Amino acid sequence: MPLYLNDDQKMLQDSAADFMKGEGDVAHFREFRDKNCKDGFSHALWKQFAEMGFTGILVSEEEGGLGLGHVEAGVVLEEIGRNLTPSPFLATAVAGVEALNAGGKALREKYLPGILSGDSVLALAIDEGAKHRPDQISMAATREGNGFKLDGKKQFVVQGGSADTLIVVARTSGSAGEDKGLTVFAVDANANGLAKDSVRLVDSAMAAHVAFDDVVVDADAVIGEVDEGNAVLQRMLNAGRAGSAAETLGVGAGAMDITVDYIKGRKQFDTIIGSFQALQHRTAHLYSEMEIARATVLKSQQMLDEGSSKAAMMVSVAKAKAGKATALSVREGVQMHGGVGMTDEYDIGLYMKRDRALAEFMGDANYHTNLVAEMHGY
Amino acid sequence: MSDLESFREETVAWLEANCPPEMREPMVDENDICWGGKNPTFNPGQKEWMDKMAAKGWTVPDWPKEYGGGGLSRAETKVLLQEMGRLKIRSPLSSFGIWMLGPALLHFGTEEQKLHFLPPIARGEVRWCQGYSEPGSGSDLASLQTSAEDKGDHYLINGQKIWTSYADKADWIFCLTRTDKTSKHKGISFMLFDMTNKGVETKPIVLISGQSAFCETFFADVEVPKSYGEGVSSVVGEVNRGWDVAKYLLGHERSMISGDGSSGATSLGSKFADQFGRDEMGRLDDPMLRAQMADMDIDVLAFRAMAERFGDTFKANLCHPAQPNMMKYAGTEINKRRHELIMSAGGSEVLEWESDASNGGLTARGWLRTKANSIEGGTSEVMLNVVSKQILRLPNA
Repeated sequence: MPLYLNDDQKMLQDSAADFMKGEGDVAHFREFRDKNCKDGFSHALWKQFAEMGFTGILVSEEEGGLGLGHVEAGVVLEEIGRNLTPSPFLATAVAGVEALNAGGKALREKYLPGILSGDSVLALAIDEGAKHRPDQISMAATREGNGFKLDGKKQFVVQGGSADTLIVVARTSGSAGEDKGLTVFAVDANANGLAKDSVRLVDSAMAAHVAFDDVVVDADAVIGEVDEGNAVLQRMLNAGRAGSAAETLGVGAGAMDITVDYIKGRKQFDTIIGSFQALQHRTAHLYSEMEIARATVLKSQQMLDEGSSKAAMMVSVAKAKAGKATALSVREGVQMHGGVGMTDEYDIGLYMKRDRALAEFMGDANYHTNLVAEMHGY
Repeated sequence: MSDLESFREETVAWLEANCPPEMREPMVDENDICWGGKNPTFNPGQKEWMDKMAAKGWTVPDWPKEYGGGGLSRAETKVLLQEMGRLKIRSPLSSFGIWMLGPALLHFGTEEQKLHFLPPIARGEVRWCQGYSEPGSGSDLASLQTSAEDKGDHYLINGQKIWTSYADKADWIFCLTRTDKTSKHKGISFMLFDMTNKGVETKPIVLISGQSAFCETFFADVEVPKSYGEGVSSVVGEVNRGWDVAKYLLGHERSMISGDGSSGATSLGSKFADQFGRDEMGRLDDPMLRAQMADMDIDVLAFRAMAERFGDTFKANLCHPAQPNMMKYAGTEINKRRHELIMSAGGSEVLEWESDASNGGLTARGWLRTKANSIEGGTSEVMLNVVSKQILRLPNA
């Protein structure tokens, strides 16, 4: 498969680009930020996502979706990133749906209709500390009657306060560090004993600290098999990481475009500052890094879609490389804007803040670089 | 089974049946490269392998069959190279004829020129070198002064080239000459001539690596015929329009040099962990070095994906025409960093310059060789200039 978008994917890209620019651009982002919205995104826009078919990209055709793949999900995510469109797309329609795809049909019949219609929002309860360490998950799920009882705390549950369902990874046996013993649950966000404390993040998105105090769930809330949740978790992480790499790529590309435009217009010493070699070389270097990042993101998505056994390695390469390239893009962007880069009025700072939050989502560049070393056996 | 999958099966079977065992040993140094030519030096297995591959057209798999190529599609070529890589089979033939002159002739040559010059390249019978740079014309290549005076049935060449790779071993040269002094870019011609002509002299240049891959090449009243037969002009493209050919070729050269950025099949970290030892977690037992190795793994794997994407988009005419400049910049900078890291990991042992243990200073010489990567074929600074002007459309000062 050649490493570029095919005609159908290009068409999807065009329609996603038009849609985000038309319905979910930076002005839309500012509107929801400035009214201090408790969700941090528009439910009406989420319905429109569903009408466009976007929420069904990873849902099979038999189950009412488009039956497409990670490349197509990434195409939409890149446009989300480029426009800073606030939406629950990544957690719900990409990582969340992929978790459901890894489990049984009954749970899909229960949750997919709401996702396909844009009425439902999922949130992911994975992290337990400030840094993403899924192998260290220790939150307990103990047998209770016909089901399980969940106790513990999760954090960085993005849009957790708006979600109707949480995908929760907990430990039914074994101890932190072991692959076996993890179990993934679909938990009603309004269950008894579940407390959510939503906080606003640097990028204006909302994330929740979620406390589970004897939260009782049925056995049929288990996604996949009890104690074998690592398989579900890895599939969800691969989808979420490749997806967030694609969104990050969009943030970096958007920031670069804004910056290149800015230095083409700004004059000092009676000269367009973009004609200075000091800026040209740095911008060209940035372009090179972004191009390389783009290749890694597409490669990882294609490998996921092919079911390649080496996909996880490439996903980590993509998350690390897109993270580094976009961090460079937003840093250079603010610096090259000069004083106005520090103002809220100019958009470049919003890209910097979005990148910072996305970097932490499902592991930053250091985390994935370390993972690649481990996968190489050193 | 798809056509491509059956092609893969047949290819693997043929490669395994025909590749001499010596050609499946890892390459140690530049002496293991098979260059062909009229005065070749072959290591065991090299000639057999070159001839077998040439007979199938697979020394130049994607050239048309009538010019000695294999006539393979992009996808088939990719499969062949993938399988050769997987089976650790060496390239049967390397040459500037394949990398540079071939693409120029395929694009700008007449049918007669193609039929005359390409098949001997594909069979490894003629070794070519490239005459571009001059002492006063480095980054500003179009200022070149080597003159070709029109003498009716021939040109008279006078001047000097520098950094001519393997000029002392080459049979023929493709050379940029000045045929009109009144126009900088539209006074250059792309000429082909025999290095055994009277008046051609070469002098190897000793480099910081102690090796001499490059030469100074002198032309004193060298007579170059205007034609080598009907339709076989010694000039490729039109007279005075050689800059078009040169620019096209620089794109190829830059893409080719950039390939170093994705070479080195195994991860550096796993290689050095075996050498340094591992901690109780199985990690390379030097945390700073481990971190740098892991960063390098990310960049090498990322650049490999970039190289694949570049190749695919280039063939499909989907990439920006200036993209080879970006590839050259990124690939060479990664390769330089990679060799810095190899030196750092090797410590005092890789400082040895002549010992048997160091294989004659192989690591150190290789490290120094990479410093030319970001100079030859256009410096990194020139690449960044081109990207910022042609791709990002930033204004001139």
